Amino acid sequence: MRRCEMISIGAGPAGLAGAIEAARNGVEVVVFDENERPGGQLFKQIHKFFGSGEHRAGERGFNIGTSLLDEALKLGVEVSLNSVVLGIYEGGAMNVMVRDRIEQVKAEKILVATGASENMVPFPGWTLPGVIGAGAAQTMANIHGVRPGKRLLMVGSGNVGVVVSYQMLQAGCEVVAIIDAAPEVGGYGVHAAKVARTGVPFYLGHTIKNAHGKKWVEGATIQQVDSSWNPVEGTEKTFDVDTICVAVGLNPMTQLLKMVACKMVFVPALGGSIPAHDKNQETSVPGIYVAGDVSGIEEASSAIVEGRLAGIAASNSLGYLNDDDFHKQRETLLKSMAGLRSGPFGQKRDEGKQILLQSMKG
Amino acid sequence: MHSGIKKTGYLSAEEINSGPGIPSAERRKKGPVAVIECIQPIPCNPCETSCKVNAIAVGDDITNLPHLDQDKCIGCASCIAICPGQAIFVVDDGFEEERSRVMIPYEFLPLPQTGDVVTALDRSGKAVGEAEVLNVRKKENMDKTAVVTLAVPKALSMNVRFFKSRK
Repeated sequence: MRRCEMISIGAGPAGLAGAIEAARNGVEVVVFDENERPGGQLFKQIHKFFGSGEHRAGERGFNIGTSLLDEALKLGVEVSLNSVVLGIYEGGAMNVMVRDRIEQVKAEKILVATGASENMVPFPGWTLPGVIGAGAAQTMANIHGVRPGKRLLMVGSGNVGVVVSYQMLQAGCEVVAIIDAAPEVGGYGVHAAKVARTGVPFYLGHTIKNAHGKKWVEGATIQQVDSSWNPVEGTEKTFDVDTICVAVGLNPMTQLLKMVACKMVFVPALGGSIPAHDKNQETSVPGIYVAGDVSGIEEASSAIVEGRLAGIAASNSLGYLNDDDFHKQRETLLKSMAGLRSGPFGQKRDEGKQILLQSMKG
Repeated sequence: MHSGIKKTGYLSAEEINSGPGIPSAERRKKGPVAVIECIQPIPCNPCETSCKVNAIAVGDDITNLPHLDQDKCIGCASCIAICPGQAIFVVDDGFEEERSRVMIPYEFLPLPQTGDVVTALDRSGKAVGEAEVLNVRKKENMDKTAVVTLAVPKALSMNVRFFKSRK
């Protein structure tokens, strides 16, 4: 069995940031990621990020991903790709499928940064080719340079829905409409505005009724919903589309944490069942840390700060970072995080995080 | 009732005028000036840090709205390409007798060419008139966001925020 000081599961912004901080302090770190490319969702993000200078605001997501990866490799972090962590067992032992072989590894500290999966909304015709998740649309257009379709309906007006709509316009798709069952646009107004000014209409208070087509999507019908979310007969509108893109939220990928019996708390504002964790991002199981979407759905800038918190906490616990420096660095990071979670958009997430913190004490 | 950014995806006239980043009509007549169409408290401040003349203030709490000091602003357009929300424009109502200049962020290919006549679109994407492309600025530090300068009919300088090629 291979032994190492720290393992990050997931080479997205949270996992890489945690690995970087730990490696900077001298911790030997291995990062496992099931994908063939590192970076998690960052390499699909071709838009410029919000935040302030310390969060690399104004830079495009994929560039932030590239520099995190470069920094990790420069610090001697080993990034093992095509590596699926199958399970975590007692004492930090785990089975990892690296390509077609299963390896046993054991780590003193484990950072679970497995991210999230997309929610789906079922409707008649949802299994037809042409009904895709927003993440798939991004992978096709932004990673592989393939236009997902010619005419597209976006279901969901949250930040993912509006940002991906814009990216589909950039890829040369016609976006016929963005619909959302909620009565208001869910995403940031500025993201909605840059799509609206190209002529894309928003149908709020509308849900998808069904997709049309025999072998693939040939159209979509939407329908208004009333204030109790019931469809209103006679309000149907049909669009001639070949692609229906679904962006209805994300769900944390917590399977590994449930396996080691981390205390879980249901926090709807953070996307579902979330591992309780303290200020150091450590869960109820000592030595197991969480960061990024798996610890509550947020965005890349806060995932990076959470990863860094876990990285310095693990370094301190392993004896590589003294208490004074640790507390100073932690204060700086917590302050930076408070900035990202302030205001009405961040407030609910901040409240959700407080619930998780309280349940560690209780 | 069904107006406003949360209902339509674009700002209503009331929302625009209520924002702290909008220069007065008198100031717009004096020459190019930034129009900051950012009315939601988002944690973001690159506009403030990119401004060379300190005409944009966000402050320590980065969710504050950007406030424009219209007398300091020189309309240099540095903030247009840096704004991650593409919410900043530059308007110059002192350009010509009949026409104003509007500078907009643009991230689509192909880029327009100087001299092109294009269809001017308002915030909802509705065609509102004709515009001439005066300039297309694209520099390394703008990180692939071009700034397109349009000449538009004077009455439309606070309406035109996008365009459509006629080719």
